[in-house]
Amino acid sequence: MRASRKNSREIVEAGLARRRRKEAAFRASGMLATAVGVIFLGVFFATLVMQGASAFKQTFIKLDVEMSASVLAPDGKLDLAYADFDGLVRNALRKEFPDVSGRSERRELYRLVSIAAGYQLRDMVAADPSLLGSTSTIWVPASSNVDMLIKGNIDPEIDESLRPINDAQVAWVESLQENDRLETRFNTALFTNGDSREPELAGIRGALMGSFYMLIVTVALAFPIGVAAAIYLEEFAPRSRWSDLIEVNINNLAAVPSIVFGLLGLAVFINWMALPRSAPLVGGLVLSLLTLPVIIIASRAAIQSVPPSIREAALGLGASKMQVVFHHVMPLALPGMLTGTIIGMSRALGESAPLLMIGMVAFIVDVPGGFTDPATALPVQVYLWADSPERAFAERTSAAIIVLLGFLLIMNLAAVIIRKRMERKW
Amino acid sequence: MQNLTLILVLAAMAGGAFYMGRRRSFAVVGGPAHSAQLHSLPGYYGYFTLIWCLLPALGLFLLWVLLEPKVIVALIVESLPDAQRTMSAGELNLLVNNIQNLAAGDAISGEIDTVMRDAADRFNEYVAASRQMLAMLTLGLAGLGGAIALRRIRPEFRARNRVEQVVLYLLIAASSIAILTTIGIVLSVLFEAIRFFREVSVTEFLFGLTWSPQTAIRADQVGSSGSFGAVPLFAGTLLITAIAMVVAVPVGLMTAIYLAEYSSSRIRAVAKPLLELLAGIPTVVYGFFAALTVAPWVRTAGESIGLQVASESALAAGLVMGIMIIPLVSSLSDDAIHAVPTAMRDGALGLGSTRSETMIKVILPAALPGIVGGILLAVSRAIGETMIVVMAAGLAANLTANPFEAVTTVTVQIVTLLVGDQEFDSAKTLAAFALGLMLFVVTLCLNVLGLTFVRKYREQYE
Repeated sequence: MRASRKNSREIVEAGLARRRRKEAAFRASGMLATAVGVIFLGVFFATLVMQGASAFKQTFIKLDVEMSASVLAPDGKLDLAYADFDGLVRNALRKEFPDVSGRSERRELYRLVSIAAGYQLRDMVAADPSLLGSTSTIWVPASSNVDMLIKGNIDPEIDESLRPINDAQVAWVESLQENDRLETRFNTALFTNGDSREPELAGIRGALMGSFYMLIVTVALAFPIGVAAAIYLEEFAPRSRWSDLIEVNINNLAAVPSIVFGLLGLAVFINWMALPRSAPLVGGLVLSLLTLPVIIIASRAAIQSVPPSIREAALGLGASKMQVVFHHVMPLALPGMLTGTIIGMSRALGESAPLLMIGMVAFIVDVPGGFTDPATALPVQVYLWADSPERAFAERTSAAIIVLLGFLLIMNLAAVIIRKRMERKW
Repeated sequence: MQNLTLILVLAAMAGGAFYMGRRRSFAVVGGPAHSAQLHSLPGYYGYFTLIWCLLPALGLFLLWVLLEPKVIVALIVESLPDAQRTMSAGELNLLVNNIQNLAAGDAISGEIDTVMRDAADRFNEYVAASRQMLAMLTLGLAGLGGAIALRRIRPEFRARNRVEQVVLYLLIAASSIAILTTIGIVLSVLFEAIRFFREVSVTEFLFGLTWSPQTAIRADQVGSSGSFGAVPLFAGTLLITAIAMVVAVPVGLMTAIYLAEYSSSRIRAVAKPLLELLAGIPTVVYGFFAALTVAPWVRTAGESIGLQVASESALAAGLVMGIMIIPLVSSLSDDAIHAVPTAMRDGALGLGSTRSETMIKVILPAALPGIVGGILLAVSRAIGETMIVVMAAGLAANLTANPFEAVTTVTVQIVTLLVGDQEFDSAKTLAAFALGLMLFVVTLCLNVLGLTFVRKYREQYE
């Protein structure tokens, strides 16, 4: 008896070291798993900021531009639409580098400056025609290749044939730098321009406005409908097969791939209802269907958390069922409903797959001014730019992502704050 | 813009109706002092009038706006000379488009002849007439509705019950939108898919081994016969999903276990929100990261050990997708682990088992249905994920199990088939809807299964 007890104890003790090792290994693998997610997040944000931060700066070149009337209005009449403002820029560049000769060399020289320079001059002359004939010193945006060189994204040490900017151009840029004719400033074009084929001109304003209009449509539809549906399901619906069906249905809709909603939008809104393609209106309709389940589920949870005593007290004082819901339950559940709505909106803001289906991937230069103008959205702009081969677009893609994540962060913070501030514990 | 004005006028009328209804309720009992004689609170008489004024008019307005374009186009086609009316549907469509553009003053393709000019003028006339009729009818209906409601107001009239009945119907309508959405998805995908299956047999689609959706535009074109065997797409989708699951399931599960069982509350307070951040990052951002950062890494890493890696390898897309799904797996596993009664855990610990033994031998088996349900939902998410694979996986429909090669997925093909200008009748476009149908059915089954597991399991311990 005694011997056998000692025996079993020995067995346990013999296995103890092995079991403790296993325990430590298990614990370490748990820690490792947690670290994987966190490390990825760190690497992810670090690469994003490293790639994108420089896009918020833009290189400018100082030029002494002579607004010569002989170039702008050769026959004595100034026509802003056809006047050769690019010629002025070219003249200014030739004056800056008088020893550059030969057609091809000069063409290389002209490539230092963005084509935006001509537009900038045109706007100046349009605003103040008296500038004609005078000489003004202005800062014009450099071309994207010069910009990349200044930001260190193009290495001047590698072989000339491997980089988009040749040795002569590098030398000119260096000479501009020595003469203090080159500087980097905050890139306002990124926030004021629509899309463009030229990286130095491309901005996210068009995409931002497109996303803005879409979110307006989404919130205007999804919030009232979602809240109304949640109220009906929680407070009025009889427990029947029908309400069970709606319930299962909503949970499933929340997990349907978003691209399927895009197919729905294409078939129903565009082909059947003949709504315009690429319009924020259609995008908003699709996104509101997409966010509806999120809002309904969150609103139902908010309504459930209102204690029954509130309802009973109101009923006891003679309120009708409808009055109980709208005068008492809904105000108390509103913070939760708002939180759910903001979370749904932030999901809608980041969504791009369904928008590809309804034609919001077009290259659109104009900033949309309404709900039916062709537009794209911020995440779709990211997708479009990510496809562009130019190095400068990669930088801008990261910048657009930073802006997008910034908006998402603000929305989620707002949701957290509303929840913390207004939520009541019963 | 005219419609906006109309809506604003309607809104103003509705406000007026509310005010008048409320005043009328006072008038029928002889002043606010006697309002206790009314059946309902005075405001309800206002709302009653408002509903009568607004709802019929708004209904008519919506119906009109939806039908107007179709009716006008039909009228225009009707009025065209015979030569145009007998054209094929496609040509007629083009002509109508041109007429509409001409009417709007936009640039059009082709020459403008008198027939088109006339039609465009008629188009503008019809639009103007329709606008006028719409404005008159809606405003008239609003006024009429309001007047009828006002006449019905009596002290004993049960305004509150009527208003609440209408509100209830509106609530029911709102909740049935979810059902309508599902029906809409099923019908829109199904109809186009049926049209596709008229041209390509179901067996060829489901079991064919070559996918090259380029159909010939001319009959004599070489090499573009169009072949719609979707097996390579299914295989590619499964390959990428499998890679994602290999990353997401162990990492997500171990994260949930670590955070639930081992970590201090300080670490939990930091790590949990950080992991939730992962879930909040838009998929297009993951796609960008996969294509521009992870894919080159995978390539260099593979080449350094002497492997041939495609630049758009399945591995890169799958890895990033796995990371994206970690939060989903970990939060669902966390729920499942927390649902296991503490008594079971305490019992196992009390018998002398270590924490890992408790977890592996007691808690995980008990939580298994919930975890499996969560994994099914994660698989469904991975199958339906679009942006990561569009940006990081390839377009080539290779039938391979090698994760270093480029594969394509169902969602990638849907996007490539439908982005850009397409003809809506070609098998190529319709194929996207057939793929969409497959995607919807498969994810629906996984979701139903997963949700049932999760719910059944939760009930089991409640």
